[in-house]
Parts: sequence; structure tokens; C-alpha cells
Amino acid sequence: MLRYISRRVVYAVFVVWAAYTVTFLLLYQLPSDPVSIMLGGAGGEVAANASAAQKAHLAHEYGFDKPAVVQYFVLLVRAFHGDFGQSVQSHVPVAQLIAEALPSTLAISSLGLLFALVIGVAIAVGANFTRNAFLRGLLFSLPPLTASFPTFWVGLVLLQVFSFRLGWFPAVGNGGFASVVLPALALAIPGAAAYAQVLGRGIEKTLREPFIDVVRAKGAQRARVHLGHALRNATIPALTLVGLTVGGIFAGAVVTETVFSRQGLGRLLQASVNTQDIPVVQMLVLVSAVAFAIVNLVVDLVYPLVDPRIARPAH
Amino acid sequence: MTETISPLTAGSLAQRRPLRGLRSKTTLRPGLVLAVAVLAIVAAWAIVPHLFTPFDPIVGDGAVAQSAPSLAHPFGTDAIGRDLLSRVVYGTRASLQATVIAIAVAFVASTVIGLVAGFVGGWLDEVLMRIVDVLLAVPSLLVSLLLVTALGFGTTNVAIAVGVGSVAAFSRVLRSEVLRVRTAQYVEAAEGAGARWWDVLLRHVLPHAATPILGLVALEFGSAILAIASLNFLGYGAQPPAPEWGGLVADGRNYLATAWWITTIPGLVIVAVVISTNHISRAIGVRR
Repeated sequence: MLRYISRRVVYAVFVVWAAYTVTFLLLYQLPSDPVSIMLGGAGGEVAANASAAQKAHLAHEYGFDKPAVVQYFVLLVRAFHGDFGQSVQSHVPVAQLIAEALPSTLAISSLGLLFALVIGVAIAVGANFTRNAFLRGLLFSLPPLTASFPTFWVGLVLLQVFSFRLGWFPAVGNGGFASVVLPALALAIPGAAAYAQVLGRGIEKTLREPFIDVVRAKGAQRARVHLGHALRNATIPALTLVGLTVGGIFAGAVVTETVFSRQGLGRLLQASVNTQDIPVVQMLVLVSAVAFAIVNLVVDLVYPLVDPRIARPAH
Repeated sequence: MTETISPLTAGSLAQRRPLRGLRSKTTLRPGLVLAVAVLAIVAAWAIVPHLFTPFDPIVGDGAVAQSAPSLAHPFGTDAIGRDLLSRVVYGTRASLQATVIAIAVAFVASTVIGLVAGFVGGWLDEVLMRIVDVLLAVPSLLVSLLLVTALGFGTTNVAIAVGVGSVAAFSRVLRSEVLRVRTAQYVEAAEGAGARWWDVLLRHVLPHAATPILGLVALEFGSAILAIASLNFLGYGAQPPAPEWGGLVADGRNYLATAWWITTIPGLVIVAVVISTNHISRAIGVRR
């Protein structure tokens, strides 16, 4: 068991380090000129006006005058000491920017994850439990259909219906619980669809297994067969999927926070890409990798609780 | 010697399977006919947009600003009186071009990775797949945003960014396909008969992996359209006043309360196209 845990932890650390390396390669080593980008934005108009001294100063500050390998290790060591650089645009430390934006995004993404789990499990169980053929068909075909919806569009339609038509929720802003509901729902839909699909198929398959016949023969009620046995046995693949989609929720926040005009990590990322603020973009992408690593670590540690066979050594 | 046996079996099987599958399913399911029809119309929009609408997509008529869908303007008009149908029709080319570029980038890169990893195997496979794992840990939208930051804005850069964003998932599937075909008996037979490795690769493995790859491309088409629309919605792609589907939805954001059609209708067009491509990919018979 200890070996299992330590291996998962090492792997989580590896993922974060590797994600750092990939972002470094993409942002700093592509055949573009980070200094000009930092000084001038996409077209580089301002960069032409910037003096050579200014350029040299910036290049020195970020270490671009040194070989790539040296740059990489300097930035890595700094990041390791908690120094993630500062925004090129506002000169505020990146760590501070992220800390300020984090709570708002955590609120919508945790509520979004909760919505996704509740909706996903409800559809999966309902689709298998119902005896109505039409309802069953509907519940099974709904999840793959929603995968065809652009997330920004879903958010806008929700806004239109629930804020402007019905007036149930405020249209914009960061204030209070009511303002969190719609963004969380918009974030939840892709995840809910994925969970419903995998869990639904899992339950369907489990219900055909011989041990279910045994459970039925022993006189268990239908609800107990479905919830106590089929659902539990179909949980593992769905659990894996939850771990994999957490990064997706953060990516969804980029679009959703823009749609609902909320402050948060996603909006910060959108604005930073807009101004090509390289240090901020890099750290935000890294935040998503860290979230991914942590959640998957938790999922890995939960597996043995759901299925004790997993932590036992193979053979 | 191998050359006389294998192209026959490999080639004919791979070519016949998808076609026969499609034909038998069209007779059964009208949904597939509808999906193909939707794509045909959209393709026509991209090639000859002027045949579908008499209105100019860039110059509006202020007198009819924000008018609801009607016979004259089936999709309604936007805030400055431009006909929304002609904006959607003329925007098709930009959206589809970007999609094709994105798929080409994703496809070429991941075919190389998938073939090398699945075919050479060993430590190279191990290294490549670990890199792919890490890329999978970062959502594809964020990978695309990294590239947009580094490359700059514009339709082509957005298309490349979306392509690179889907390389990881794409090469994983390609590798597993290659592995599946690789262990097949006819490949072992070819190897046993002394065929050179690149002959085995190009003449035996690739043709057999072609059918699932075709289905995957169709599926990828849908997700590429969605990703490109998202990046355009965020404002990194085509610059106004040039029309593009995702950008059109973004244009309507400020008029949600007064003009529902500006966001809803272009969004429905995107949904219709994505559903159609997903449907076709299922008909070819591939699940990711």
C-alpha cells in the first residue's frame, strides 16, 4: 500500500515538472521573439520603437541573453522557490494575481463538479432504471448530443433563458451564491455528459453479469440491485474520467468566465493571452497541470477504497 | 514474395469495408442522409457563398438593424443591420479553412508519432507516450492558448494552435491502432518472409489502420470546429468585420436581452455541423 501511494506521488510530481518543461518550450523556445512580444504585443509595432537598451534590459531580466538550457534552469529554480516572476503588463507578481483570482474560480468549478456528478449519475442510473423505452432512449442519447454544443454558446443560451427571460439569476457579476449557479451549470454540462455516458454504459454492462442474477435470486429489490451492486461496480471507469476531466473544467472556466463576465483564473488567462503576457500564461497553464496532478492523485488513492484489489501487488 | 500476397488482402479489405458499411447504413438510417446533406450545404456555402444570399456580409443597412428573423432576413439582422444569414454563409469559408488546417496539422504530427511509437516500440515508444501523457494532462484548449500566445493572433495561427492542441489525443489512438494491426498475422507473415520494415509499415500496417483513422478524422472535424469557434469567440481569430462562426456568436453577447437570434442562430449552425460530422464518424464505425 505504501509503495502504491509513493509511486502515485512521484508520478504526480513528474507530471507537474514535465508540464512546466512543455510550457517553457512552447512559450520561450518557439521561433518567436519573447522580448518583442513582451514589449509590443502581437504585431510588434511598439517593439520597433523600443530602444535597443530597453530590449537588452528586458532580455537580461528574463535571462534571454543566456543559452536556453541556462534560462530553463534559472526559471525552474526560481519557480521552485515560489518566485513565478511578474506580469509583464501590470508588473504585479504572478503569484499574487493567481491568489486573487483563485477563490472565484474555485467556487464555480467546485459547484460545477458537484452539478456534473449529480446530473451525470442521475442520468446514468435513470436511463438504466426506467422501464419506459422512450425515456430510456432519450436519456441514453442526450449525453452524446450535448458533446456537440459549443460551451460558450450553452452559457449564452442559459443566460438568455434564465437571466433575461425568466429573471431567476443575475446576468453578470461576482456577487453571492445566485451569481455562481449559472456559470457552474454551464461548466458542468460537458462533464455531466461524459460521466453519464461512461457510467450509463458501465451499469448496463454490469447488469448483464452473472453475479447480478445471484443477487436477484437472493431476493434483492430492484433499487438495491441497481444502486448497491451495479452502480458500485461501474464506478471505477467513471472515477478515472472525473480525474481526467478536471483540467477540462479549468479550460471551461476560460470560456465561461468570459461569457458571464466574472473575474477569475479563466478570465485572467483570457486577458493575459490577449496581451501576450507570457509569465502569467505559463503559470496559469501550470496551475491547471497542478490541479490535474492533485485530483488524479486523490482519485488514485480512492481507487483501493472502491476496489481493494487495485492496491494489492500484481501476481 | 510478400508483395504478391499482401497488397491484395490489405488493400482490398481496407478499401471495401468503410464503403460497404456506409451503404448498408444509409438505406437503414435517414439520419445519415440528413447529416451528409447538412455538410454538403455547408460546403457549398464555403465555395460559392454569393449564390445563397443577396446581401453583403460586411456592409449593413441601418434601417433594419436588430430585426427579428423574417422572410427577407431568415436569420434576422445584427446590431448594425447586417443580414445574419449572409454573415453566417460568408463566415463558413474562414471556419472550414481553419478546421482543415487544424486537422492537417494534428493528423501529420500524430501519424508520425503514432507510427513511430507503435511500430518501433521499445524506449522510443516509452518516451513518446510519456510526452503524450503530459500533454494530455493539460487540456487541449490551454495548449492552444499557449500557442496563440507564442505565435500571435489570426485565423491561421488559431488553426495551427487547435491542431497542435489535439495532437496528444490523436497520436494515442493512432498508436493503439498501429499496435493492433502490427500484431496481426499477415504482418507477422510479411516480417517473417523478410520484407523490409518500411515496406511492412507503408504497405501493410498503414492501409489497415486507414478505416478507423478515417472515422477519427470525421470525429476530429467536429471537435476542431468547436475549438476554433471557442478561440474565435475569445477574440483571437478572424478580426472584425470579417465574419467567422464563433465570432458571430460573440457579436451577439451585448444584445442577449433584445435580439436572441444574433447568438442563438449561428450557434445552432455550429451545433448542426458538429452533430452531422459526429454522426458520420459513428457510421464509419469508430469510437474513441
